[in-house]
Amino acid sequence: MIEVDRPPREGPDSCREAAPPSFFQRKKKGMKRFIIKRFLLMGVTLLGLTIVVFIVSRVAPGDPARLAAGPDATEEMVQVISKEFGLDQPLVIQYGKYIRGLVQGNFGRSIRTRHEVWDDIKTFLPATIELVLISICLATFLGILFGVLSAVYRDTWIDHILRFFTVTGVAVPMFWLGIMLQLLLAAKFHFLPIGGRLDTIVTPPEAITRFFLIDSLVTGNGKVFFNALAHILLPAVVLSFPALASIARINRAEMLEVLHRDFILNEKAQGISKGLIIRKYALKNALIPTLTMIGLRYGWMLGGTIVVEMVFDWPGIGNYAVAAAVYSDFQPVMAVTVVLGLNFMIANLLVDLGYGYLDPRVRYE
Amino acid sequence: MELGAMIKTWKEERESQVRSLKLTAYTLSRSPLSVIGFILVSLFLVIALVGPLIITHPEDVTGAVHMDRKLQPPSESYPFGTDEMGRDLYSRVVMGTRISLQIGLIIIFVAMGIGIPLGITAGYVGGWVNEIIMRITDVFLSIPGLLLALAIVGALGPGITNAMIALSIVWWPGYVRLVQGKTLALREEAFVEAAKSLGVSRLRIIFGHLLPNCTSPIMVKASMDMGMAILFAASLGFIGVGAQPPEPEWGAIISVGRNYLPERWWMATFPGLAILVTVLGFNLLGDGLRDVLDPQSRG
Repeated sequence: MIEVDRPPREGPDSCREAAPPSFFQRKKKGMKRFIIKRFLLMGVTLLGLTIVVFIVSRVAPGDPARLAAGPDATEEMVQVISKEFGLDQPLVIQYGKYIRGLVQGNFGRSIRTRHEVWDDIKTFLPATIELVLISICLATFLGILFGVLSAVYRDTWIDHILRFFTVTGVAVPMFWLGIMLQLLLAAKFHFLPIGGRLDTIVTPPEAITRFFLIDSLVTGNGKVFFNALAHILLPAVVLSFPALASIARINRAEMLEVLHRDFILNEKAQGISKGLIIRKYALKNALIPTLTMIGLRYGWMLGGTIVVEMVFDWPGIGNYAVAAAVYSDFQPVMAVTVVLGLNFMIANLLVDLGYGYLDPRVRYE
Repeated sequence: MELGAMIKTWKEERESQVRSLKLTAYTLSRSPLSVIGFILVSLFLVIALVGPLIITHPEDVTGAVHMDRKLQPPSESYPFGTDEMGRDLYSRVVMGTRISLQIGLIIIFVAMGIGIPLGITAGYVGGWVNEIIMRITDVFLSIPGLLLALAIVGALGPGITNAMIALSIVWWPGYVRLVQGKTLALREEAFVEAAKSLGVSRLRIIFGHLLPNCTSPIMVKASMDMGMAILFAASLGFIGVGAQPPEPEWGAIISVGRNYLPERWWMATFPGLAILVTVLGFNLLGDGLRDVLDPQSRG
């Protein structure tokens, strides 16, 4: 039988042909190239980042070798340390070595802890990532929720209370908020622990992901899970507070703007339920600028984790960077800057991909 | 021409600007939050200016040590209590206002001084100049602000001056982006084309036409940034790499006060409230200004 290439007739087959392509089918074409292009751009930006960080570290007045050797060192000892850290060679060569080291995962050695910086980062990074992830989820979820509530119940007491919190929330210093909450909730009323990731008598769960919350759940260790949860609550709330406020504000503004549009009136007239209108039609539109704010605030959060970790004795790379900076120990600070900078770049990439999901008109070139 | 006539013509020439200024002020006064912001900022400026006149213990601001009255709770003679050296906390917090104002102003002005020219250049000249400037700006903007400031201060050494340098470096890219975007948009406007065809020099176009139209978003951003810069400076002070004791900088005071919690709560509390109120004021004012001057930038 001769097979003729014919378009399917009416019937069940025609439905499949006529159905609109799914999200991935639509985007698949440009998305791969887009991601590749972005990774290349990220690479260039990352390179620029390392240059900036390198220049900063070499601008330092005072001889780092002398600092490392200590006040009682002789000239020879300083020379030896200088050679050990490669500090006696021309800047460009030092930078070349630095880049080569980075690519191999060698971030240098911390003068303070005497460990390889890469090892220190491996130890402390999971704590920071766990904290920041919980915080951004909290900020995003509650921020969008408050924004929607504020917009839908505009000018009622709900709106006023929420607006009060969001307006002050952006202005409050994170470290002070942390101290105040510690004072009230931990010291005075003993609701929550003062700091750290776990009580000192509790052993950490088996190191699978190094995220205590996940690891303790996976190994079925309920007691450790709740202990870890209690410890992460305050720092996460404090870290997420300004972001939550910003996200709520912009979401509210955007929701108000969208809810005024004609197509919403049209949908109301058609009898679509209020909840559906808000969730499916209005929110999706409002989320686009909100997503921008989320990305922006994530960056601020990566910076804010520095002070929050200090206040709550959280063993993350923020705390590590502070200890190093105060000690004039450059390598760790440079490494943390590169690591968190890369983290932020990836977050921005995710945000850009998110636009594509929310707005069907976005085409990836 | 005699003075009266000179003033009269000057007034006539400026009439439309005066009118738009009055309109701005009126619209601003319509929003209660903006008015609150304006009041708070004015309060901040006034306290910074007349600080020495309203403090009760001027010798306590730096250096004095009175161990016999250390760590006393708030009372009539010491409204905010005393710190670990027996110094009056109220006087120190008030003088800290001055320090914060100085830090904020210097950071913002240096950042604008670097960022605005670069932004206009990038936007107006375009081409590879634009590409290079924007790539460099992107690099700086990809590093979380406080972290970059920490890295720079870590390299330069602790202190107020180095903290200001570090924060200026953190802040300038924001202005480049803002001004570049605005210039890019303005470049296509008819009046720029008209000026070019009349043979107006590039420099005059930039200063006479482009820059004046950028002032609105710049003013809004500067107002918001003022609060944030003060917040960041206090954070650096808290970490220990900003202002150093015995400077009465708010963040530094909180850092020391932290050691005396929870019983002696006043040292950590009052400077933080000062920061909160100040930043709140600048934020509210900035929001109000934005609603009046540049409503399109909200989304």
